[in-house]
Amino acid sequence: MTTSLARHASADELAERLLAGDRLALTRMMSAVESGRSDARDALRCLFPKTGRAHVVGVTGPPGSGKSTLTTRLAIEYRIRGKTVGIVAIDPTSPFTGGAILGDRVRMMELHSDPGVFMRSMATRGVMGGLARSTLDVVLLLDAFGKDVVMIETVGVGQDEVEIARAAYTTIVVGVPNLGDDIQAIKAGILEIADVLVVNKADLAGADRLVTDLRVMLQLGGTLARAWTPPIVRTIATDGSGVPELVDRLTDHRGYLEQSGAWHQRRADSARRQVRAIVEDRVQRRLEAITSAEPWPSRFAAIAEREQGHDPYSVAEELLREVAHRGE
Amino acid sequence: MSDSPPLRVLIAKPGLDGHDRGAKVIARALRDAGFEVIYTGIRQTPEMIAEAALQEDVDAIGLSILSGAHMTLFPRIMDELRKRGLDDVIVWAGGIIPEADIPRLRELGIRAIFGPGSPTSETIEFLRKTQRAEAVAG
Repeated sequence: MTTSLARHASADELAERLLAGDRLALTRMMSAVESGRSDARDALRCLFPKTGRAHVVGVTGPPGSGKSTLTTRLAIEYRIRGKTVGIVAIDPTSPFTGGAILGDRVRMMELHSDPGVFMRSMATRGVMGGLARSTLDVVLLLDAFGKDVVMIETVGVGQDEVEIARAAYTTIVVGVPNLGDDIQAIKAGILEIADVLVVNKADLAGADRLVTDLRVMLQLGGTLARAWTPPIVRTIATDGSGVPELVDRLTDHRGYLEQSGAWHQRRADSARRQVRAIVEDRVQRRLEAITSAEPWPSRFAAIAEREQGHDPYSVAEELLREVAHRGE
Repeated sequence: MSDSPPLRVLIAKPGLDGHDRGAKVIARALRDAGFEVIYTGIRQTPEMIAEAALQEDVDAIGLSILSGAHMTLFPRIMDELRKRGLDDVIVWAGGIIPEADIPRLRELGIRAIFGPGSPTSETIEFLRKTQRAEAVAG
């Protein structure tokens, strides 16, 4: 029996209980982080040294390629191998209403009774690129909680939503045969971020063709210079075919990262991007707060009316100074 | 989009009936009202529902039921929630529920019950009002 925990419990208390293995604290901490509570930020600071052990795996690809089903199967396979698993599944927020339907659990219900799996849905809340704003923080919490593998399933992506590569150590790009423009969909940007390529729905006619096309494209794509050539794995996620092999390849990739030193490089990259993302987020929030109050709306109006001494460039300079100097 | 985070709501269908039209209609209406709706599909056990509510840290759970098994399933769901420390989650129900059962369900902690033909706006209004009240109560 879990003792209840007020939604407004301090982030310190949440962090402490999270580290002790309390799942209610974990879930409440995720919400605190997602809603941008400032005490949650402080608690993340304390949790950070406890992280860095989990293998963070990104799963991305076009809508309908089977990402959720594949993620579920991967979780089951990892569980068979004795690993604990965290999953963060991202779905889009409607730009019109701010609402979202998060439906990835429908395909993941097989996992519900396994305490070794913790799955969280996130809405993008207006952020582009396939991830939600606090995805990295939620991944961090699962890592601190002790999950061996944390999978991030992005929203269905098109061509250049490559944010996942900043979050994951190993990125799976999922393709399916017969989308017609499937090669188009994964040619620009998406292919370059793949550490492992999956041809899902491999029982469909056209799978061989896709495998061949991908192989050719990898050869054309200057991968000769890369020490790691992304393997192409065929899967049928609905029945689990190919999934054990896929986990083997993911494990190979982690081994490669560790042996080649690329692990450190990737973590340094990811740290740089994360710091930038945090700064951008804070600046943006501050910018919104500042510009919603006078004198700024009047100044914007003055620019629009071409009043003397008002132009976008000098007002932007002033605003920049204001953002930099004003505390929260 | 406002500054406060959107309410997170789980729409669940306990039991064995497979008629999820009502659940989908309400999920869609809540989405359009700006909620984040976690939809889990049909044939959910009480454990599955409580587990999803925990992992998603929802503010509210809507139970859609047409099979008549609510007097068996709802107490078990409330138990499973309590076991996980989720006493503060708002639970409401929709579907076919006889008047006579309503007092007992309310005693269990089901906060509202919407029968067939209820406009979705009633549910939205109920959730917003309850949420505001809880926020004030802290």
